[in-house]
Amino acid sequence: MKQLNLKHDFPILNQKINGKPLVYLDSAATTQKPQVVIDTMVEYYKSSNSNVHRGVHFLSERATDSFEAVRSSLHRYINTAHEHEIIFTKGTTDSVNLVAHGFRSLLNPGDEILVSELEHHSNLVPWQMLAQVSGAKLTFIPMLQSGELDISMLDSLINAKTKIVAFNHISNALGTVNPVKKIISAAHKAGACVFIDGAQAFPHMAINVQELDVDFYAGSAHKMYGPAGIGLLYGKSEWLEKLPPYQGGGEMIAEVKLKESTYAGLPHKFEAGTPNIEGVIGWGAAIKWIEDIGIENIRMHEDDLLSYARGLLAEIPDVIFYGTAKERAAVISFGIKGSHPYDVGVLLDQMGIAVRTGHHCAQPIMTSLKIPGTVRISLAAYTSKEDIDMFIVALEKTISLLN
Amino acid sequence: METIIDREEDIIEEFSFFDDWMDKYTHLISLGKELEQMIPENKTSENQIKGCQSQVWLNAKLTENGILFEADSDAIITRGMIALLLRVVQGQKPEKIASYEFNFLEKIGLTTHLSPSRANGLVSMVKQIRLYGVAFQGKKK
Repeated sequence: MKQLNLKHDFPILNQKINGKPLVYLDSAATTQKPQVVIDTMVEYYKSSNSNVHRGVHFLSERATDSFEAVRSSLHRYINTAHEHEIIFTKGTTDSVNLVAHGFRSLLNPGDEILVSELEHHSNLVPWQMLAQVSGAKLTFIPMLQSGELDISMLDSLINAKTKIVAFNHISNALGTVNPVKKIISAAHKAGACVFIDGAQAFPHMAINVQELDVDFYAGSAHKMYGPAGIGLLYGKSEWLEKLPPYQGGGEMIAEVKLKESTYAGLPHKFEAGTPNIEGVIGWGAAIKWIEDIGIENIRMHEDDLLSYARGLLAEIPDVIFYGTAKERAAVISFGIKGSHPYDVGVLLDQMGIAVRTGHHCAQPIMTSLKIPGTVRISLAAYTSKEDIDMFIVALEKTISLLN
Repeated sequence: METIIDREEDIIEEFSFFDDWMDKYTHLISLGKELEQMIPENKTSENQIKGCQSQVWLNAKLTENGILFEADSDAIITRGMIALLLRVVQGQKPEKIASYEFNFLEKIGLTTHLSPSRANGLVSMVKQIRLYGVAFQGKKK
C-alpha cells in the first residue's frame, strides 16, 4: 500500500509520553493541527487582529476579508447553493442546539422527532430538550447489534407527524457510515426536515450538501485539523429563513430600537457577537491543507491502515470487535475479554499510546450492546503503519499484564 | 493502632522496590484482584459514584474502632487504587479522615489516577471518604 507520510507537518506528534514515542490514536476526539494552521493563527494575531464587519480601518477590512474568505471556501468545499448558508458556530454541538432551539416555535404537541439510536449525546440531548418544551414525541431509528441502523422499518417510523429526522453521517463510537441518502429521501417523502451531524464525516470524506439534498448539516473544525471552538451549521436558505434567531446581540441585527429590533439577514442573523475570528482563519488553513493532500487520498490511507489494524487485532484471541457494519470509517471499537476498557486504556497510556475508552458520549449504544464501554482507536491522515505496530505490541503487553 | 502516617510510610516503602512502571502496575492489578468484593446488597445506587470511565461504590459505617469502609469498582486498576486508599483510612477516627489529603499518592507516582480528566470515580470517592469523616465526627458508637 502507498501510504501518506505527514507526521513532519505535526509538531505535537514529535514527543515522548512516559518515555515512549507518542502514538496518537484518538483523532476522532480531536485531530492534531498541522504547522500551517498554527502559523496562520499566530500570523493573524501578529499582523491582522481586528474586529470583523465593523470599522473602516485597514486592519478591520483585512480581518473581515480573511474571515469571509473562509466562509467562501466552506461554501465551495461542501457545495452549498449560497455562501450565506454557511453559519459559523462554536462547533457541532452548538449547531445542533441552534436548530433544536429554533424549532421550539415550529413544533406542536404530538409532532414527532425521529433520532437514531446510534447518536453522540450532542445529537440526542438537544432533541430531548426540544421534545420537553414543545410537547413533541421522540421516536428512534433502531440500531442493530452490528452497529448499523435498521432502516427496514423507516417507512413506518416516518409519518405525517414527523417534523425532524436527526442522525449522524458517521458514528463516533463504532465508525458506522450511515445510509444517509436513503434516510434523507424517506424523510423528505413525508415532508420532514433532515439534520445530519457530520462531525466524524468531515475529516474522512468529501461532503456535498446539495447532492445529499440535506436540510441541515453540522461539523467542527477541530475534528478536521483546525482549531477548537469553531464549527459550522449548513442550512438550506428556506430553512434558515424559517428559524428564529438563536442568540441576540451585536452583529445579528438590522435596526435596534429600545423596545424592539429587526434582525440581520443570513448568515449574520445567527452570528451574534464577535465571532471566533482566529478560529475561522485557522480553519481556512486546515481546509487548504486537506485540499492540498486530497480528501480521497486521506480516506484511502486511513482505510488501508484500518484494515491492517483490524487484521492484526483479529489475531489476538481476547479481542472482541464492536461495530461490524459493512461500511465503516477511521474507527475501530473493541474490547478485551474479561477486562474493563478503562484498565486497557490506562496501561496503553503507560506505553505512550493515546486511545479513547469508555462510552464515547454515546451511552445508549453501550446500553444496547450491554457493555460498560469500548476501547476505541481512531485514525487520521498522519497515522502511520508504525503507529499501528507499536499499538499492537503495547496491547499484547497490556493483555498479559491484566491476566 | 497504626496512624495514617505509619500506613503511608509502609506503602511508600512497598512501592520503592519497583524499578519500572510495569512492576508497579502489576502490583496495583494484584491489589485490585485481592480487594475484598463488596456485598452485593451494598452496591446500591445510593452508594454508587458514577464515573465516566469506571464505576465506584463506597459504603461506610462508624464502629468503636473508627470508620470501616468498603468499596468496589468494575475496573481492576481502579480497584487497586481503592485498596491503597482504604488501607490508609480503614478504621481511623473520623477527625483524622475529615481533612485527609492522601498525599502519599504523589510519592508513589500515582496521583494521575486522581486527576479529574480520568473520570474514573476516584476523585469523588476521595471527597466522599472525607465527607464520611465529617459526618461521623462527634457521633458516638
